[in-house]
Amino acid sequence: MRALMMPHRIVMLAVAAGLVAWIVLTGNWSWLPKYAPMIGQGVWRTIWLLVLSVMIGFSLALPLGLAQASGPWYLARPARAFCTVIRGTPLLLQIWLLYYGLGSLFPGIPWIRESELWPILRQAWPYALLALSLSYAGYEGEVMRGAFASVPRGQIEAARAMGMPRRKIFARISLPLAFHSVLPTLGGETVLQLKATPLVATITVIEIYAVASRVRQDTLITYEPLFLVAAIYLMLAGLIVLGFRWLESRQPRRAA
Amino acid sequence: MDTLGLLALSPPGWGGTLLVGLWASIRIAVGAFGLGLAIGLAGAYGKIYGGPVLRDCLAVYTTVVRALPELILILLLYFGLTDLVNKLMLASGYGRIQISGVTAGVLVLGVVQGAYATEVLRGAILAVPSGQIEAARAMGMPAGKIARRITIPTMLGLALPGLSNLWLIATKDTALLAIVGFNELTLATRQAAGTTKAFFTFFIAAGVIYLVISMLSTWGFARLEAWARRGDPPRTAGGG
Amino acid sequence: MTRFTFAAAALALGLTAGAAEAQKVRVGMAPEPYPPFASVDASGTWTGWEIDLMWALCKAAEFECEITPIAWDGLIPALEAGQIDAIMNSMSINEERQKVIDFSDKYYNTPAVIVAAKGDAITPDPEGLTGKILGVQVSTIHQTYAEKHFGGVAAEIKSYQTQDEANQDLVAGRIDATQADSTAMDAFVAAEGADCCEIKGAVENDPAVLGLGVGVGLRKGDEALKEAFNKAIADVRADGSYDEITSKYFTSSIYGE
Repeated sequence: MRALMMPHRIVMLAVAAGLVAWIVLTGNWSWLPKYAPMIGQGVWRTIWLLVLSVMIGFSLALPLGLAQASGPWYLARPARAFCTVIRGTPLLLQIWLLYYGLGSLFPGIPWIRESELWPILRQAWPYALLALSLSYAGYEGEVMRGAFASVPRGQIEAARAMGMPRRKIFARISLPLAFHSVLPTLGGETVLQLKATPLVATITVIEIYAVASRVRQDTLITYEPLFLVAAIYLMLAGLIVLGFRWLESRQPRRAA
Repeated sequence: MDTLGLLALSPPGWGGTLLVGLWASIRIAVGAFGLGLAIGLAGAYGKIYGGPVLRDCLAVYTTVVRALPELILILLLYFGLTDLVNKLMLASGYGRIQISGVTAGVLVLGVVQGAYATEVLRGAILAVPSGQIEAARAMGMPAGKIARRITIPTMLGLALPGLSNLWLIATKDTALLAIVGFNELTLATRQAAGTTKAFFTFFIAAGVIYLVISMLSTWGFARLEAWARRGDPPRTAGGG
Repeated sequence: MTRFTFAAAALALGLTAGAAEAQKVRVGMAPEPYPPFASVDASGTWTGWEIDLMWALCKAAEFECEITPIAWDGLIPALEAGQIDAIMNSMSINEERQKVIDFSDKYYNTPAVIVAAKGDAITPDPEGLTGKILGVQVSTIHQTYAEKHFGGVAAEIKSYQTQDEANQDLVAGRIDATQADSTAMDAFVAAEGADCCEIKGAVENDPAVLGLGVGVGLRKGDEALKEAFNKAIADVRADGSYDEITSKYFTSSIYGE
């Protein structure tokens, strides 16, 4: 709190508050009540896309990182190629490739079209979730490669000397140590993932950004809906950062 | 038409259209990266040596830009910036000025890149041993010369990995301009795929182009880093 | 400001034909394919009925026109921001839009139709679309119409950035039907939609939504440009070049009543 009491910061806060007040008071917000339910749904969709894609992506990143750090070449090379391709191409292109490319093949295959899965496959969100998860896996796979590679060899050798089976070494030693070392970066990576979610609006998934586009197109008001979603994204990013900070503070820390 | 026919360089193949789009993408990426570096260098010096007000303003800039989706920033700046400029021009009695798509794209992505570059360069400048700068100061070197002769050459090796990442982000972020209708590689791909319905062919072709750019850049930056670090003492394995 | 004053003065004196320097007009077009009205071919050239008409109008008004690609949902913001001076992208005149921009007189008006898969017993009315997923292009008269007349009965009304995307999803079976302009749909079922889809008929007319036709979108208060476009539309209609362009793409007139 004391950091905020410096005179220039009070002025800056006042300016910021004034700016927000000016936007709120002079803007045209008459659309807000009508679209409030849609905005709520949009925020919810953004959140679950983010949470699910981070969880799926991270669980894919573990084998990807492990294969690259200590796997045999026939696992390491494909894992490395996957990460290179994902990191080397725009996510927007990946999303379109999955939705318009892959998705347009399915209806041509009769047994898919007649299967139980079709009602799900004809929707857009599975492609959005898949693309976001693969993207997160690609970036995190690279991070996890570094993390697994930096686990001190002595610890693993000691465990092996104690006769620990390989799976137990992974679960008890490599994984916790690697996770511990990436935890400080995970918050930032998750914010990046949040910033990637609006791209799925281009394949008809109605998350919060798409709701704002909808409002803009219906009412032809350009800036107010963008300001509102900008504020929502700032809040979500803040929550993510705080959440990971809390998670980090709960980790046991060895004095260096 | 077969795949090769679709990708042929002259019409009715779409290869030429893709290359025109690629050229636009590269121009914007280079411009945005350059602008981002300039903003970043100024921002980094401001954050380290500036007064409290400047430091806090820069902190607001880097935090807000890095927390907002690029797509929203692009929309706000692409329309908002030109709108604002034109309103000011009209209010001061001039006609509307024409801001080309390329200029707008470079400005928008440059502002985004600048925020990340500020952080990368700040970290690198701080990692320059302060003893070297103090020694230079003691020798009576002027501040500009210190920056040119000591700080920037020393920090370059430290900053290059981060800058390499930024350049890759710049090339990929140009794809976002497709959403405002700017004719770069991704939009050209979209047009080709939409018209011919050969989605796989064109999306994969564009993917390969982006991948080649990214691999070439990674290689180039690695060479550059090796060159920038040529004066560093050899590092022992596992150290650092 | 000066060039508008100049154009207005030139117009007032009836001197447009003799104007020394042509006025530059940047025309906004969405870059996605919308055949037969506007699309970009492999050589990067814009083609289509609306493109030909645009050049004819620019010639009649002695404008030096330039096409600026802007995404469909960004056309109106770009017009307001001054990135473009006119929109000629099959944008229908409606009340919502007239609040923020001006329109020239209409230059075409065609009925709205429903397209669906062959063999699907969909009819272009609320009964036929009950429980179906209907795709429309966002912020078009078709979206307004669909939400007004089918909103209560359809399972979902999905909005797309471009009609091309809605068409693709219809082919891919992700939506059951789409509502769009009849001429654009004629082209669709004659080409990539030939195997899958057919026109199920025109929707019942609702003059309040469908009746105003398509005009050139212009900045509010840009009277000189509006008058010039209105005059150009009347000119090309009168001298036969409008019909000549139309016969290149369609078998009958699309001007409407």
